Amino acid sequence: MTQVQGPPFVTGLRCRECGREYAADPIYTCEWCFGPLEVAYDYDAIAATVSRDRIEAGPLSLWRYEDLLPVRADPAVDLGTGFTPLVRADRLAAELGLGEVWIKNDTRNPTNSFKDRVVSVALSKALAFGFKVAACASTGNLANSVAAHAAHAGLRSYVFIPANLEQGKVVTTAVYGGNVVAIEGNYDDVNRLCAELAGVYEWAFVNVNMRPYYAEGSKTLAFETAEQLGWQVPDHVVVPVASGSLLTKIQKGFQELHRVGLLDEVPQVRVSGAQAAGCAPVATAFAEGSDTIRPVKPDTIAKSLAIGNPADGYFALDVVRSSGGGLAAVTDDEVVEGMRLLARTEGIFAETAGGVTVATLARLAAQGVVRPDERVVVYVTGHGLKTLEAVAGVCGPTATIPATLDAFHAAFEIEEH
Amino acid sequence: MPVTIRIPTQLRNLSGNAPEVEVEGSTVAEVLKALEARHPGFGERLFDEGGGLRRFVNVFVADEDIRFLQGLDTPVDDGTVVSVVPAVAGG
Repeated sequence: MTQVQGPPFVTGLRCRECGREYAADPIYTCEWCFGPLEVAYDYDAIAATVSRDRIEAGPLSLWRYEDLLPVRADPAVDLGTGFTPLVRADRLAAELGLGEVWIKNDTRNPTNSFKDRVVSVALSKALAFGFKVAACASTGNLANSVAAHAAHAGLRSYVFIPANLEQGKVVTTAVYGGNVVAIEGNYDDVNRLCAELAGVYEWAFVNVNMRPYYAEGSKTLAFETAEQLGWQVPDHVVVPVASGSLLTKIQKGFQELHRVGLLDEVPQVRVSGAQAAGCAPVATAFAEGSDTIRPVKPDTIAKSLAIGNPADGYFALDVVRSSGGGLAAVTDDEVVEGMRLLARTEGIFAETAGGVTVATLARLAAQGVVRPDERVVVYVTGHGLKTLEAVAGVCGPTATIPATLDAFHAAFEIEEH
Repeated sequence: MPVTIRIPTQLRNLSGNAPEVEVEGSTVAEVLKALEARHPGFGERLFDEGGGLRRFVNVFVADEDIRFLQGLDTPVDDGTVVSVVPAVAGG
């Protein structure tokens, strides 16, 4: 196979559906069956090179896992993404009747969502391919990240978003100065347009023609989790599901760590998925025991998860089923309560997708799917300031009073001084 | 007036690199059959062994996913645009 440029460990691309092999080019679908292409590695070569010491001596970013990524760390398009805190969440665990719960706080990335991981990898690869323009179809977080990384790398950018996005996500994209194209339609309309545009313009659409490389960036969430737990895996992870790629790649990340010798035992991680009831094509198929994922028209406040036609839905469903996990579809009210619960118990303000994930944790704990004897990691993938609208109506001042002692005493009966 | 089928880049080697092909037919199934008749090879790429569309092939009639319409039985009027789009994008 030919190789444009990249680390020595990539052997090419392989179709997940039919196994056909391709060169490591900017392509994303199998020409035969339209299945998704995935990066293939020489794992024996990685195993001969990588070690815990080598990783621990690397940068405090996702690039410490360069050996397991499809592009070199030097030069990378890097704003300092990754190695985000893994926070022990005892107060949340106590509220839900669980034991050992951890929050992987990926709100702490440069543009405040996990999308910085995939974009840093995708645009680094795009530069290696020689692209001059970065583009994407986005529900918001990806738009933020592509616009920022393109600015940092000196690339022109076109990001495509549904016109009804939260103001916070539009402003925090447009500020970086690229082109923001608001489409009169939902994300699936945006996505279809971008798939067609990718056939017309020679741009690096990070989640279209760059998607095999882009998706690999999500594995770093699993790598960091294991390293931060002292090179151990959790028993159970809870992951938000939009396209299904993140969930699939987190599981792949744990498997790869074992494959290259960084974990002592075969990882047995139960993987559960979180969706909003207003956009739950994967959770619906799971609940019905169906092998068919029917697309839906999204209607939820969790706009970053509002993908009605999830590209990796089938693979996510397979991972959840084969790992013994579960899937829940939570209402918008539960989403808001989930955001408040996480903020109130752990001091972490997540966007609506985080509310979906925490609400799913609560639901699965109540159902006994997530158990008190399990070490659980919950992936919180975006910051609450991006979706202020969701909680603005229920969060405000406790009291509004004149600047006098009497007014304060009248408003608050506090016995301990 | 015929129906226009938009061909994705991945399949244009079958259409002589044409991005669009015009065929006759009154349902999605008929126009895709007509596409196979005009340019042999499309059928096995779009359909699985059971005769259904492969699960990563999406078809749109006038920009609407046929799974929200009547699937392969979705009627198509003269002048309609039918788009064949790979499912694997986004997220």
